[in-house]
Amino acid sequence: MRHVISVHDLSVEEIINVLDRAEGMLDIARGQAVNDCLKGKVLGSIFFEPSTRTRLSFETAMHRLGGGVIGFAGTEATSVVKGETLADTIRMVSGYADAVVLRHPREGAAKLATEFSAKPIINAGDGAGQHPTQTLLDLFTIRQEMGRLEGLNISLVGDLRYGRTVHSLAFALSKFGNTINLVSPEGLEMPGEVVEHLQDSGQFGTACHSPEAVIDSTDILYVTRIQKERFPDPVEYKKVAGKYRIDPELVSRGPDNMIVMHPLPRINEILPEVDAMPQAKYFEQAFNGVPVRMALLSMVIGGD
Amino acid sequence: MSQKYMKVERIEHGTVIDHILPSMAFDVLRVLNLSSDKTMSILVNSHSKKGGKKDILKFEGVELSAEEANLVALVSPHATINIIVGGKVVRKFNAEAPEVVRGILTCSNPNCISNQNEPITTEFRLGLDEGHRYVCTYCERDIIDVAKRIDI
Repeated sequence: MRHVISVHDLSVEEIINVLDRAEGMLDIARGQAVNDCLKGKVLGSIFFEPSTRTRLSFETAMHRLGGGVIGFAGTEATSVVKGETLADTIRMVSGYADAVVLRHPREGAAKLATEFSAKPIINAGDGAGQHPTQTLLDLFTIRQEMGRLEGLNISLVGDLRYGRTVHSLAFALSKFGNTINLVSPEGLEMPGEVVEHLQDSGQFGTACHSPEAVIDSTDILYVTRIQKERFPDPVEYKKVAGKYRIDPELVSRGPDNMIVMHPLPRINEILPEVDAMPQAKYFEQAFNGVPVRMALLSMVIGGD
Repeated sequence: MSQKYMKVERIEHGTVIDHILPSMAFDVLRVLNLSSDKTMSILVNSHSKKGGKKDILKFEGVELSAEEANLVALVSPHATINIIVGGKVVRKFNAEAPEVVRGILTCSNPNCISNQNEPITTEFRLGLDEGHRYVCTYCERDIIDVAKRIDI
């Protein structure tokens, strides 16, 4: 494995390989076992945009495997503010490091980075584009909780238009054979090309505007944030956000083994009362970023 | 009163691009970006024998390569290319949309990295379906209105 740019580039075999390896690294991720397979290696961690979970879990993953991390979070103290191109920044960092994790506000930034880097590039989110490591940790969580990646009824809820997580996840889930429901407010529906892909692959369930319409048959309720800035009228935002608030009553109406996931950060789309319910898996999901990213780093830097 | 009537002359040696979508001739010219001091004729919204309208371009003394001809398909997918020698059509073929287009087009996604000041050449790949759509290699988005994205 070399660059990790888009979920489209990953075969089913490669995905399973990452998940299996991540599963084998859970004890190391929890600090219950020690592994220094990346001792002496350096990860370049360059984040042009804010990030909490992605950046910290990559850095944790590198440290847990005995490696070191260089980089920046925010561009204020770098030559980027002097107008340095991304191409030059990548050339420089890839000279210092053994792999580069990149988050950038522009779509296609990670693909560009591969053209100027002698070392593997891992896309940690490029604009509204791809975020493949989030997708892998989502799949890891689903397999961990449900025991399989196929034959599931998954309802994607929230801002399906702008949320990069749900686009990548929908594509990845369709590699395995599932039924995918799309639940979004009007105007924030899933882009046409994703819907077409699901329809063509026979995995489109239903599209609707209310989570209540799908809750009875949902195995995985995957909730995403509805961003206030998408609504010109704050009153309209409040109305819509209220309809998409996941509360204990709604969750308890789902099948017994249903789980609730969220890529985080959440604002108020899942009430805190849900956190204590056995269905709530979003904090485990966030933790799973560590073993999954450990697996990826060991594959791209360790070369196996 | 004698009627003075000038039709576009037939050419002796060169290229005729026929069946260009109506009003697209100027976009075809832009995409070809030919530098020639030879005679060029442009017919816009000419009547087509097949019904409707079409544009026609005639280049005296210029023989388009297949690669150049295929660029025509970017903006007018069903155009036909006629190579003329000695006043006769010696070769006739349809413009075929190129699989990959490097340079020439800009991405319609304003947030695409290819629209920033980076040292790269834009690249678009023809979609797998029959929709004649081009997908940006960088941001993976479909390009919207190819004719408007020509940047030469």
